[in-house]
Amino acid sequence: MYPSRFRYEAPRSIDEAVALLQEGGGEAKVLAGGQSLVPLLKLRFASPELLVDINDLPGLDYHKVDPDGTIRIGALCRHADLERSALLPAKQPTMAAAAPLVADPIVRNRGTLVGSLCHADPQGDWASVVTALGGHVVAQGANGRRRIPMREFVSGPFQNTLAFDEIAIEAVIPAPKGMPAGGYLKLERRVGDFATVGTAVALELSGAVFSRAGIALTGVGGSTIDAAEAAQALVGSPLTAETIANAAALAARAAQPRTDHRGSAEYKRHIVRTFVQRILTRVAQPNGKAA
Amino acid sequence: MSGLNEEIREQPAADVPTRRVSISVNGEKRVADVEPRLLLAHLLRQGFKLTGTHTGCDTTNCGACTVLFDGKPVKSCTMLAVQADGHDVTTVEGLAGSSELHPIQEGFKDEHGLQCGFCTPGMMLAAKALLDENPDPNEDEVRWALSGNLCRCTGYQNIVKSVLWAAKKLQQQ
Repeated sequence: MYPSRFRYEAPRSIDEAVALLQEGGGEAKVLAGGQSLVPLLKLRFASPELLVDINDLPGLDYHKVDPDGTIRIGALCRHADLERSALLPAKQPTMAAAAPLVADPIVRNRGTLVGSLCHADPQGDWASVVTALGGHVVAQGANGRRRIPMREFVSGPFQNTLAFDEIAIEAVIPAPKGMPAGGYLKLERRVGDFATVGTAVALELSGAVFSRAGIALTGVGGSTIDAAEAAQALVGSPLTAETIANAAALAARAAQPRTDHRGSAEYKRHIVRTFVQRILTRVAQPNGKAA
Repeated sequence: MSGLNEEIREQPAADVPTRRVSISVNGEKRVADVEPRLLLAHLLRQGFKLTGTHTGCDTTNCGACTVLFDGKPVKSCTMLAVQADGHDVTTVEGLAGSSELHPIQEGFKDEHGLQCGFCTPGMMLAAKALLDENPDPNEDEVRWALSGNLCRCTGYQNIVKSVLWAAKKLQQQ
């Protein structure tokens, strides 16, 4: 398989890249890691006239923690960088848990977190993680930068709310007010398969209670599902067997799974409940056995 | 596939825009004029005649087309050849010395790490990247590192043994 013809440009600055997108007038696509876009080009699900390869843009391969605890992930930070991160295990357990579960090790060497968000695949892991964490995307266009909350960034399956001449240059996770806790669990038939079910849980612990909670679900709806009601049920209360079971049941109710070759809707809903319960139980009893 | 084979001959048709790329392939500088849509796997196989890089699934799943890109394993069916301009690419042809097999190749031979051999180049390059980073991996680490490469013959047991064999051999050197 090979893509249809396109013009290719590899700009050296963000301004140059934005100018190219403007010139492309909606018929241009940004190429970062390419691990979703190149297959789409080969299948000709996408046939852009212009491909703007941003891999040569300097200074976008970072992930870093600001002094206040804000985490920033640049547009060229690869999944493998996050998997090997020295920062994330202590600073952001939900991200640290998700990074090794994205695609497969070879794809992780090229694919990017920000690209995954832009691709807006309902089965993409990072969209759930960043949604659960209440993060946002920084977009740059001709008129400067704007912040797009993750909850507004995905407008449907494979659709985001970037303007045609905007580039997502960074994903941002706001500084936690409490101690971060949580995790990400994914059921896949084999390594590299799309998620049958993925579950992101992001919590902030202040004293004995949770001051913030986010739960988002991968692969069980037309787009990433923000299980806000389930998360809200955890805020202000300690984790007990009862609150865990309640949040897990609410998350399962928020899921909108469909029966397909990966399993029945009922099965997937059951996995959502099990995963939320398992992550919360581990948070409650870090050394205990998983539920 | 035949359409592309014709289109990527060393001299593409005059009306097709191409870009000149310069790539270090197995340590040797190679130059080609390529259409932007040409995949790296196709440039290696058809342009440079390095047919050790196999195209298996063509959908980013199987890893048979794995090459090292600046030392890191990537699926060459999922990169454009133009993206390799100015970079280092290592294919399976670059593993062996002029007269000797690389210890990873020896390992696959000694431990029967292949049957049909189709996935083997990708397996060996993924293994090379692992051993460069972690010279003494345990079995789990080998399985993890190779989990983006599919084999339909061996059941993986002997592939894992081959990589562990190579790790030991490399450490003795």
